[in-house]
Amino acid sequence: MPSRPEPTLDATDRRLVRATQAGLPLVPRPYHAIAEQLGLGVEEVKARFQQLLANGAIRRIGAVPNHYALGYAANGMSVWDVADDRVDALGEAVGGLEFVSHCYRRPRRLPEWPYNLFAMVHGRDRGEVERKLAVIAERLGPACRAHDVLYSTRILKKTGLRLQP
Amino acid sequence: MDETDRAIVNALQGGFPVCDEPYAAVARTLGIGEQELIDRLRGLLERGVLARFGPLYQVERMGGSFVLAALSAPDEDFDRLADLVNAFPEVAHNYRREHRLNMWFVLATESPEQVPEIARRIEAATGLGVYLFPKEREYFVELRLVA
Repeated sequence: MPSRPEPTLDATDRRLVRATQAGLPLVPRPYHAIAEQLGLGVEEVKARFQQLLANGAIRRIGAVPNHYALGYAANGMSVWDVADDRVDALGEAVGGLEFVSHCYRRPRRLPEWPYNLFAMVHGRDRGEVERKLAVIAERLGPACRAHDVLYSTRILKKTGLRLQP
Repeated sequence: MDETDRAIVNALQGGFPVCDEPYAAVARTLGIGEQELIDRLRGLLERGVLARFGPLYQVERMGGSFVLAALSAPDEDFDRLADLVNAFPEVAHNYRREHRLNMWFVLATESPEQVPEIARRIEAATGLGVYLFPKEREYFVELRLVA
Protein backbone atom coordinates (compact mmCIF):
# COMPACT_ATOMS: atom_id res chain seq x y z
CA MET A 1 0.00 0.00 0.00
CA PRO A 2 1.24 3.51 -0.75
CA SER A 3 2.14 5.37 2.41
CA ARG A 4 0.91 8.82 1.50
CA PRO A 5 -0.75 10.57 4.43
CA GLU A 6 -4.50 10.21 4.39
CA PRO A 7 -6.17 13.35 3.14
CA THR A 8 -8.67 14.87 5.46
CA LEU A 9 -11.84 16.21 3.90
CA ASP A 10 -13.28 19.35 5.37
CA ALA A 11 -16.98 20.22 5.27
CA THR A 12 -16.66 21.95 1.90
CA ASP A 13 -14.85 18.96 0.36
CA ARG A 14 -17.65 16.75 1.58
CA ARG A 15 -20.22 19.01 -0.07
CA LEU A 16 -18.21 18.74 -3.30
CA VAL A 17 -18.15 14.94 -3.03
CA ARG A 18 -21.89 14.77 -2.42
CA ALA A 19 -22.60 17.13 -5.32
CA THR A 20 -20.53 15.09 -7.80
CA GLN A 21 -20.61 11.47 -6.63
CA ALA A 22 -23.43 10.70 -9.07
CA GLY A 23 -21.55 12.41 -11.89
CA LEU A 24 -20.21 15.65 -13.31
CA PRO A 25 -22.81 18.05 -14.78
CA LEU A 26 -23.13 17.68 -18.56
CA VAL A 27 -22.99 21.40 -19.28
CA PRO A 28 -20.23 23.42 -20.99
CA ARG A 29 -18.97 24.85 -17.67
CA PRO A 30 -19.47 22.01 -15.19
CA TYR A 31 -17.25 23.44 -12.44
CA HIS A 32 -19.13 26.74 -12.62
CA ALA A 33 -22.40 24.81 -12.29
CA ILE A 34 -21.12 23.03 -9.17
CA ALA A 35 -19.83 26.31 -7.73
CA GLU A 36 -23.18 27.97 -8.28
CA GLN A 37 -25.06 25.04 -6.78
CA LEU A 38 -22.91 25.11 -3.64
CA GLY A 39 -22.54 28.88 -3.34
CA LEU A 40 -18.76 28.73 -3.82
CA GLY A 41 -16.37 30.54 -6.14
CA VAL A 42 -15.39 28.61 -9.24
CA GLU A 43 -11.68 29.13 -8.56
CA GLU A 44 -12.12 27.51 -5.16
CA VAL A 45 -14.03 24.57 -6.68
CA LYS A 46 -11.31 23.97 -9.27
CA ALA A 47 -8.55 24.31 -6.68
CA ARG A 48 -10.25 21.81 -4.39
CA PHE A 49 -10.66 19.29 -7.22
CA GLN A 50 -6.96 19.71 -8.08
CA GLN A 51 -6.09 19.11 -4.44
CA LEU A 52 -8.33 16.01 -4.19
CA LEU A 53 -6.68 14.64 -7.35
CA ALA A 54 -3.21 15.42 -6.00
CA ASN A 55 -3.76 13.68 -2.68
CA GLY A 56 -5.49 10.67 -4.20
CA ALA A 57 -8.98 11.21 -2.80
CA ILE A 58 -10.03 11.31 -6.48
CA ARG A 59 -8.34 8.59 -8.55
CA ARG A 60 -9.26 10.36 -11.75
CA ILE A 61 -12.10 12.27 -13.33
CA GLY A 62 -13.53 10.26 -16.16
CA ALA A 63 -15.87 7.65 -17.51
CA VAL A 64 -16.58 4.20 -16.09
CA PRO A 65 -17.51 1.91 -18.97
CA ASN A 66 -19.89 -0.99 -18.77
CA HIS A 67 -17.85 -4.03 -19.81
CA TYR A 68 -20.75 -5.74 -21.51
CA ALA A 69 -21.65 -2.72 -23.60
CA LEU A 70 -18.07 -2.53 -24.89
CA GLY A 71 -18.15 -6.12 -26.06
CA TYR A 72 -16.29 -7.56 -23.07
CA ALA A 73 -18.94 -10.22 -22.64
CA ALA A 74 -16.83 -12.46 -20.41
CA ASN A 75 -15.84 -10.94 -17.09
CA GLY A 76 -14.09 -13.37 -14.82
CA MET A 77 -13.00 -12.93 -11.24
CA SER A 78 -10.19 -15.45 -11.11
CA VAL A 79 -9.26 -16.65 -7.64
CA TRP A 80 -6.14 -18.57 -6.64
CA ASP A 81 -4.93 -20.39 -3.55
CA VAL A 82 -1.29 -19.33 -3.41
CA ALA A 83 1.24 -20.27 -0.74
CA ASP A 84 1.41 -17.48 1.84
CA ASP A 85 5.17 -17.06 1.57
CA ARG A 86 4.98 -16.59 -2.22
CA VAL A 87 1.74 -14.68 -2.72
CA ASP A 88 3.17 -11.15 -2.59
CA ALA A 89 5.94 -11.75 -5.11
CA LEU A 90 3.61 -13.69 -7.39
CA GLY A 91 0.79 -11.17 -6.92
CA GLU A 92 3.06 -8.43 -8.25
CA ALA A 93 3.83 -10.57 -11.30
CA VAL A 94 0.16 -11.32 -11.96
CA GLY A 95 -0.93 -7.72 -11.33
CA GLY A 96 1.62 -6.56 -13.87
CA LEU A 97 0.11 -8.65 -16.68
CA GLU A 98 -1.46 -6.20 -19.11
CA PHE A 99 -4.78 -8.04 -19.24
CA VAL A 100 -5.30 -8.14 -15.46
CA SER A 101 -7.31 -5.08 -14.49
CA HIS A 102 -7.34 -5.51 -10.70
CA CYS A 103 -5.25 -7.80 -8.51
CA TYR A 104 -5.58 -8.12 -4.76
CA ARG A 105 -4.63 -10.32 -1.84
CA ARG A 106 -7.65 -11.06 0.35
CA PRO A 107 -8.24 -13.35 3.34
CA ARG A 108 -9.28 -16.98 2.87
CA ARG A 109 -12.59 -18.02 4.44
CA LEU A 110 -11.96 -21.66 5.24
CA PRO A 111 -13.44 -24.12 4.66
CA GLU A 112 -15.80 -22.36 2.24
CA TRP A 113 -13.19 -20.29 0.45
CA PRO A 114 -9.52 -21.31 0.11
CA TYR A 115 -8.45 -18.54 -2.31
CA ASN A 116 -6.24 -15.61 -1.30
CA LEU A 117 -5.33 -14.00 -4.65
CA PHE A 118 -7.98 -12.31 -6.79
CA ALA A 119 -7.33 -11.17 -10.38
CA MET A 120 -9.98 -9.66 -12.65
CA VAL A 121 -9.76 -10.77 -16.28
CA HIS A 122 -11.99 -9.54 -19.11
CA GLY A 123 -12.44 -10.99 -22.57
CA ARG A 124 -14.65 -10.93 -25.64
CA ASP A 125 -15.68 -14.48 -24.74
CA ARG A 126 -14.89 -17.14 -22.17
CA GLY A 127 -12.33 -18.76 -24.42
CA GLU A 128 -10.31 -15.55 -24.37
CA VAL A 129 -10.56 -15.41 -20.57
CA GLU A 130 -9.50 -19.07 -20.26
CA ARG A 131 -6.43 -18.42 -22.40
CA LYS A 132 -5.50 -15.54 -20.12
CA LEU A 133 -6.05 -17.71 -17.04
CA ALA A 134 -3.61 -20.25 -18.47
CA VAL A 135 -0.98 -17.51 -18.59
CA ILE A 136 -1.65 -16.66 -14.93
CA ALA A 137 -1.50 -20.34 -13.93
CA GLU A 138 1.85 -20.67 -15.65
CA ARG A 139 3.12 -17.55 -13.88
CA LEU A 140 2.04 -18.90 -10.49
CA GLY A 141 3.45 -22.38 -11.00
CA PRO A 142 3.40 -24.95 -8.18
CA ALA A 143 2.96 -22.25 -5.48
CA CYS A 144 -0.72 -22.27 -6.55
CA ARG A 145 -2.66 -25.21 -5.15
CA ALA A 146 -6.11 -24.55 -6.63
CA HIS A 147 -8.00 -21.95 -8.60
CA ASP A 148 -11.43 -21.08 -9.89
CA VAL A 149 -13.04 -18.40 -12.03
CA LEU A 150 -16.34 -16.71 -11.22
CA TYR A 151 -17.95 -15.22 -14.32
CA SER A 152 -20.31 -12.35 -13.76
CA THR A 153 -23.67 -12.95 -15.37
CA ARG A 154 -25.44 -9.74 -14.40
CA ILE A 155 -24.61 -6.29 -13.08
CA LEU A 156 -27.04 -5.81 -10.19
CA LYS A 157 -25.82 -2.37 -9.17
CA LYS A 158 -23.03 -0.02 -10.18
CA THR A 159 -23.35 3.37 -8.58
CA GLY A 160 -19.99 3.91 -6.94
CA LEU A 161 -19.49 5.73 -3.68
CA ARG A 162 -22.41 7.42 -1.97
CA LEU A 163 -21.55 9.63 1.01
CA GLN A 164 -24.39 9.79 3.48
CA PRO A 165 -25.73 13.27 4.19
CA MET B 1 -21.70 2.71 -31.02
CA ASP B 2 -19.92 4.39 -33.92
CA GLU B 3 -16.26 5.35 -34.24
CA THR B 4 -16.79 8.73 -32.58
CA ASP B 5 -18.49 7.09 -29.59
CA ARG B 6 -15.55 4.69 -29.29
CA ALA B 7 -13.08 7.54 -29.42
CA ILE B 8 -15.04 9.32 -26.69
CA VAL B 9 -15.12 6.25 -24.43
CA ASN B 10 -11.39 5.72 -24.87
CA ALA B 11 -10.51 9.37 -24.36
CA LEU B 12 -12.66 9.86 -21.28
CA GLN B 13 -11.18 6.96 -19.33
CA GLY B 14 -8.12 9.15 -18.90
CA GLY B 15 -7.95 12.35 -16.91
CA PHE B 16 -10.78 14.76 -17.65
CA PRO B 17 -9.37 18.27 -17.18
CA VAL B 18 -10.18 20.71 -14.40
CA CYS B 19 -10.59 23.98 -16.31
CA ASP B 20 -13.37 26.40 -17.20
CA GLU B 21 -14.55 24.59 -20.34
CA PRO B 22 -13.31 21.00 -20.07
CA TYR B 23 -15.75 19.51 -22.59
CA ALA B 24 -14.57 22.02 -25.20
CA ALA B 25 -10.95 21.07 -24.42
CA VAL B 26 -11.62 17.33 -24.85
CA ALA B 27 -13.82 17.91 -27.91
CA ARG B 28 -10.93 19.74 -29.62
CA THR B 29 -8.64 16.73 -29.19
CA LEU B 30 -11.34 14.52 -30.72
CA GLY B 31 -12.04 16.89 -33.59
CA ILE B 32 -15.72 17.31 -32.70
CA GLY B 33 -17.80 20.15 -31.29
CA GLU B 34 -18.34 20.76 -27.58
CA GLN B 35 -22.11 20.26 -27.78
CA GLU B 36 -21.70 17.07 -29.82
CA LEU B 37 -19.41 15.66 -27.12
CA ILE B 38 -21.90 16.54 -24.37
CA ASP B 39 -24.83 15.09 -26.34
CA ARG B 40 -22.97 11.87 -27.14
CA LEU B 41 -21.81 11.52 -23.56
CA ARG B 42 -25.40 11.88 -22.36
CA GLY B 43 -26.44 9.21 -24.89
CA LEU B 44 -23.69 6.82 -23.77
CA LEU B 45 -24.82 7.22 -20.15
CA GLU B 46 -28.51 6.80 -21.01
CA ARG B 47 -27.81 3.67 -23.05
CA GLY B 48 -25.67 2.25 -20.26
CA VAL B 49 -22.48 2.06 -22.32
CA LEU B 50 -20.99 4.17 -19.54
CA ALA B 51 -21.95 3.36 -15.97
CA ARG B 52 -21.04 6.85 -14.84
CA PHE B 53 -19.00 9.91 -15.68
CA GLY B 54 -17.34 12.12 -13.11
CA PRO B 55 -14.80 12.08 -10.29
CA LEU B 56 -13.88 8.56 -9.17
CA TYR B 57 -13.50 8.91 -5.45
CA GLN B 58 -11.18 6.60 -3.56
CA VAL B 59 -12.97 6.10 -0.34
CA GLU B 60 -9.89 4.58 1.32
CA ARG B 61 -7.98 7.78 0.61
CA MET B 62 -10.66 9.69 2.46
CA GLY B 63 -10.48 7.59 5.60
CA GLY B 64 -13.24 5.26 4.50
CA SER B 65 -13.43 1.65 3.49
CA PHE B 66 -14.19 -0.29 0.32
CA VAL B 67 -14.73 -3.96 1.09
CA LEU B 68 -15.68 -6.86 -1.18
CA ALA B 69 -18.40 -9.09 0.24
CA ALA B 70 -20.28 -12.15 -0.94
CA LEU B 71 -23.28 -14.26 -0.08
CA SER B 72 -25.00 -17.33 -1.40
CA ALA B 73 -28.58 -16.57 -2.50
CA PRO B 74 -31.00 -19.32 -3.52
CA ASP B 75 -31.81 -19.01 -7.25
CA GLU B 76 -35.58 -18.92 -6.76
CA ASP B 77 -35.30 -15.93 -4.43
CA PHE B 78 -32.34 -14.21 -6.07
CA ASP B 79 -34.02 -11.06 -7.39
CA ARG B 80 -35.75 -10.24 -4.12
CA LEU B 81 -32.51 -10.73 -2.20
CA ALA B 82 -30.58 -8.59 -4.71
CA ASP B 83 -33.12 -5.79 -4.19
CA LEU B 84 -32.70 -6.06 -0.43
CA VAL B 85 -28.92 -5.84 -0.72
CA ASN B 86 -29.01 -3.04 -3.29
CA ALA B 87 -31.31 -0.99 -1.07
CA PHE B 88 -28.33 -0.30 1.20
CA PRO B 89 -26.71 2.94 0.00
CA GLU B 90 -23.36 1.54 1.20
CA VAL B 91 -23.55 -1.13 -1.53
CA ALA B 92 -21.61 0.53 -4.35
CA HIS B 93 -21.46 -2.34 -6.85
CA ASN B 94 -23.15 -5.70 -7.00
CA TYR B 95 -22.59 -8.53 -9.47
CA ARG B 96 -24.21 -11.88 -9.94
CA ARG B 97 -21.53 -14.53 -10.45
CA GLU B 98 -21.58 -18.23 -11.28
CA HIS B 99 -20.58 -19.96 -8.06
CA ARG B 100 -22.18 -21.19 -4.87
CA LEU B 101 -21.32 -17.70 -3.60
CA ASN B 102 -23.38 -16.05 -6.33
CA MET B 103 -23.79 -12.44 -5.18
CA TRP B 104 -20.65 -10.30 -4.91
CA PHE B 105 -20.90 -6.72 -3.81
CA VAL B 106 -18.73 -3.90 -2.54
CA LEU B 107 -19.45 -2.04 0.68
CA ALA B 108 -18.26 1.57 0.57
CA THR B 109 -18.37 3.20 3.98
CA GLU B 110 -16.98 6.39 5.39
CA SER B 111 -15.14 4.64 8.20
CA PRO B 112 -13.78 1.08 8.49
CA GLU B 113 -15.79 0.52 11.68
CA GLN B 114 -19.05 0.72 9.72
CA VAL B 115 -18.28 -2.34 7.57
CA PRO B 116 -19.10 -5.10 10.09
CA GLU B 117 -22.23 -3.21 11.14
CA ILE B 118 -23.51 -2.93 7.54
CA ALA B 119 -22.67 -6.60 6.96
CA ARG B 120 -24.70 -7.50 10.05
CA ARG B 121 -27.64 -5.42 8.82
CA ILE B 122 -27.49 -7.14 5.41
CA GLU B 123 -27.44 -10.51 7.17
CA ALA B 124 -30.47 -9.48 9.21
CA ALA B 125 -32.34 -8.20 6.14
CA THR B 126 -31.61 -11.25 3.98
CA GLY B 127 -31.28 -14.01 6.56
CA LEU B 128 -28.05 -15.04 4.80
CA GLY B 129 -24.44 -15.09 5.95
CA VAL B 130 -22.18 -12.41 4.49
CA TYR B 131 -18.51 -13.18 3.87
CA LEU B 132 -16.20 -10.16 3.94
CA PHE B 133 -13.09 -10.11 1.76
CA PRO B 134 -11.20 -6.92 2.67
CA LYS B 135 -8.22 -6.24 0.47
CA GLU B 136 -5.01 -6.96 2.32
CA ARG B 137 -2.82 -5.82 -0.49
CA GLU B 138 -3.32 -4.22 -3.90
CA TYR B 139 -0.84 -5.38 -6.52
CA PHE B 140 -1.82 -3.24 -9.46
CA VAL B 141 -4.95 -1.37 -10.49
CA GLU B 142 -5.48 0.20 -13.86
CA LEU B 143 -8.82 -0.48 -15.45
CA ARG B 144 -8.81 0.76 -19.01
CA LEU B 145 -10.97 -1.06 -21.49
CA VAL B 146 -10.44 -0.35 -25.15
CA ALA B 147 -13.78 0.32 -26.84
